[in-house]
Amino acid sequence: MNRKTKTLVLLLGVLLLASPLFAGDFPPRPKPPRLVNDLTGNFLSPQERNQLESTLEQFARETSTQIAIAIVPDLHGYDPSDYAQRLAEQWGIGQKDKNNGMLILVKPKTAAGKGKVFIATGYGVEGAVPDAIAKRIVEAEIIPEFKKGNYYAGLNKAVTRLMELTRGEYTAEEYARRISKKENDDILAFFVSLLFLFFIFFGGHRRRRHATMGRNVPFWTLFFLGGAGRSGGSFSDFSSGSGGFGGFGGFGGGSFGGGGAGGSW
Amino acid sequence: MKNKSLWIWIGIIAVLVLFLASGYNKMVKMDEAVKSQWAQVENVYQRRADLIPNLVNTVKGYADFEKSTLTQVIEARAKATSVQINANQLDPQSLQKFQAAQDQLSSALSRLMVVVERYPELKANQNFLELQAQLEGTENRIAVERRKFNEETRKYNTYIKRFPQVLYARIFGFGEKGYFKATEGAEKAPEVKF
Repeated sequence: MNRKTKTLVLLLGVLLLASPLFAGDFPPRPKPPRLVNDLTGNFLSPQERNQLESTLEQFARETSTQIAIAIVPDLHGYDPSDYAQRLAEQWGIGQKDKNNGMLILVKPKTAAGKGKVFIATGYGVEGAVPDAIAKRIVEAEIIPEFKKGNYYAGLNKAVTRLMELTRGEYTAEEYARRISKKENDDILAFFVSLLFLFFIFFGGHRRRRHATMGRNVPFWTLFFLGGAGRSGGSFSDFSSGSGGFGGFGGFGGGSFGGGGAGGSW
Repeated sequence: MKNKSLWIWIGIIAVLVLFLASGYNKMVKMDEAVKSQWAQVENVYQRRADLIPNLVNTVKGYADFEKSTLTQVIEARAKATSVQINANQLDPQSLQKFQAAQDQLSSALSRLMVVVERYPELKANQNFLELQAQLEGTENRIAVERRKFNEETRKYNTYIKRFPQVLYARIFGFGEKGYFKATEGAEKAPEVKF
């Protein structure tokens, strides 16, 4: 008994010790959701951060493709490509059914080590941004600017290129579909109500003598149920990925297969 | 009285069948997850195999390039593409054989990349640089898909070995599946003798 509890305590202790260590390697998903995450705090100025954030936010709204930026102080011994893939997958950048997310990972240059940058591409954008192209963006757009200390300029150029490359890949058809679906729903609801009114008006006249509470209840229940179902649908629309009203709605659960390229300065 | 016990038996059997069915269905689902992840693994290895002829041709253009390193890559590729395993037999032995062949190709390729360092003109070639980026990306993809495969396999293996599934998993043909093992010394740069 005593030994058993001891083992249990030991086991719990190990678990408690081990879990934060593992989780600590990777920053948790940003809350509230944000696309530009400067975890060093001083790589970008607040204005620069907001500028990038609004550019990327708008892009995500228009195309459903999500480009995120993460600036981390330490890679905890991982390869930049490995770290970028794991972080992007954990955050779930991009939409779940399209895997159209990208992550620009930056580890700033320190006295102890070189600066590292890696562009990770989700499964769905590997065609639009092949590794060779990602490599060229890193080497021709990012690194030269970073070497001069123009961090914002480097990121902005890279983001512009990535947006150009992926703009045609995914349209905001999901967003459009959602809106048209809502309209269709409204039209349907209108006709259904009309039908019901018609039914009450004429049916009610004919069967006035037989009309009872029991007969009327199913109709009202149906009506309310229908209403409830509809509002439920539109509620879930708000919470899903992109397309919220202003602001960034959150990552959509996209997956990453290790695509992309990087470099150092 | 007799009727009552009959109903009890029917009830017990029904519960048992339902229980078995849910376990069976879960195993089918997990088995499928492993298989589809296996397809991903095969994809990325195929992608690498497809890159090699291009790479070899580009490198070959440099007349004085060591023939032996190239030959090793070509041979390892031929061997690696010949070892294919069916998604229905992902047992530890088959997987180990598959991995051994692919790892040989990996080390032949990284040796090639080290040798390339001595050829500045080759490293300035745009075509070669792009191939190199693609090859690096493919190696990253291989690492990722192998890890994902191991995760799915771990879930599946844990499930079939647990009680009570362990009693009937084999009867339905759900055997243990193999893992990819981390290659020893994979992080170290390959040794090259000049």
